[in-house]
Amino acid sequence: MLEPFEFGFMQRAMIAAALVGGVTAAVGVFVILRRLAYIGHGLAHSIFGGAVVSFTLGVNFFLGASIWGAFSVFLINQAARRRQIGGDAAIGIITTAAFAIGIAVISRARSFTRDFEAALFGEILGITAQDLWMTVAMVLLISIVLFLFWKQLVFITFDQDVATSYGIPVRWVEAIFSLVLAATVVAALQVLGVTLIAAALVIPPVVARMLTDSFPRMFLIAVVIGALTGFIGVYVSWFVDVSSGATVVLVQAAVFALTLLWGVIESRRGRSATRRAERLAGLERALND
Amino acid sequence: MATIGVNELVRLDGVALGYEGLVALRDVNLRIEPGELIGIVGPSGSGKTTLLRSLVGQTEIFAGDALLADDTRVGYVPQVETVDWNFPITVEQVALLGSWRTRRWLPWTSRSERNRARVVLRQLGIADLLHRPIRALSGGQQQRTFLARALIRSPDLLLLDEPTSGVDIKTRHEILHQLASLNHAGVTVVLTTHDLNGVASHLPRLIALGEETVLADGPPSEVLQPDVLERAYGQPMLVVRSGHETYVLPVPEEAPGAHEGEAIPAGEIEVIAGPDHDDA
Repeated sequence: MLEPFEFGFMQRAMIAAALVGGVTAAVGVFVILRRLAYIGHGLAHSIFGGAVVSFTLGVNFFLGASIWGAFSVFLINQAARRRQIGGDAAIGIITTAAFAIGIAVISRARSFTRDFEAALFGEILGITAQDLWMTVAMVLLISIVLFLFWKQLVFITFDQDVATSYGIPVRWVEAIFSLVLAATVVAALQVLGVTLIAAALVIPPVVARMLTDSFPRMFLIAVVIGALTGFIGVYVSWFVDVSSGATVVLVQAAVFALTLLWGVIESRRGRSATRRAERLAGLERALND
Repeated sequence: MATIGVNELVRLDGVALGYEGLVALRDVNLRIEPGELIGIVGPSGSGKTTLLRSLVGQTEIFAGDALLADDTRVGYVPQVETVDWNFPITVEQVALLGSWRTRRWLPWTSRSERNRARVVLRQLGIADLLHRPIRALSGGQQQRTFLARALIRSPDLLLLDEPTSGVDIKTRHEILHQLASLNHAGVTVVLTTHDLNGVASHLPRLIALGEETVLADGPPSEVLQPDVLERAYGQPMLVVRSGHETYVLPVPEEAPGAHEGEAIPAGEIEVIAGPDHDDA
């Protein structure tokens, strides 16, 4: 059972998956409450394009991909403000265009196709000590920003119109959130890969939402689920010999399914308890009459 | 450059305003003094919400001067229809959003902020709902929760968009009573309403909107006039006065002469039931 802990690459992978799982869940809480679940999927593809371009230009991957991602979110926000376009369409157009740029660059220079398979599907077991420190730095930075802008982000997410009238610089805070979201996707790219990031952004917050009606509690539950499923997913992947990114998402999906099942059972129990109480009250009335 | 007067809280001079390049209201001239209680009336789409939002700087000003007195704290209560009721937030958490400026770089609230929230919620009669999720509230409780968020920052100017929409008569009465109490305590209150009989006619000052501008501004006796209402609503209206009460009714097609604002002949109004008509 402790075999995976004996290897350095597995230790690094489990730490990275827990960190990335926790931080994607934290940012995901704001994403799903803004009904932007689709943005995670789109942004991951967009950042893939950024990663390819950064590689081609010889720019640092984290820096290049983050700037590319933030610029994509900025364009999405600008386009979504126009009523004729709408949020979903804006995400669809801009992120696929950014992804297509990456594909175009790859098809012109086929030499590094293999490197980007890792970006598409994740390569957590290949994480070096330097990658891990970079991930720690990104997660720390994202956490600090969320800590400092917590009140503003909660207010804007809940009620953007009123937040403006109460003096919150909505555009600035939105721009900062765009950077945070892009940085989160970049940090998660190596762990989960483009194709699985959306699930990590969405599943833990949705499960947390099913369990509570309080925002701070939802946030904490989502972070714990994200971190735990990240850790457990990589651990389990050692034994089942399946891609770590896929295992992380499958563990999260299992948690979601169990929570859903529990919710259904609870609501049935609640309904039958209500029916029993109503029957008893009816009997009592009949006896009194 | 226009300046705001000593006894003015809000001043709009020849203002044209709207959204996304489209003018919703034009030639708006308005003065609001501290301590006033004002209702904005008009049909749907006449610009009631737009005018209200212009007072918190949420509209584009295309012409004229829109001025708010320095250091005015504004509390804004939006229409409850615009709120995401599925958002996981409790009554206390909503109220505390209003105090986001205090210790803004820390995610948690202080004990004094929480105490202040409890005082406000108690004043509004919903202190027992502190930890209740907002989706589990009645219409009146929802309104009071958002009123609490506005009041927690001790506003000088309180703006409410349709505060009595979707609530029953008793709750409407309670909300209006609470707004009147706040007004007596010195808070300037401006609200929009589509309820001419239950709300507007009881307010000391009304602003009627229609034809993309302010059609009338003054006490209900001046604003609730058949000619103003016909211009605003685009159809003839009956105005019935009985003592201090004013009732506005759409004119039935068969009511001869009513569109000219003539008095209704005696005997045509029957009180069906009421406290002074036990024999009815």
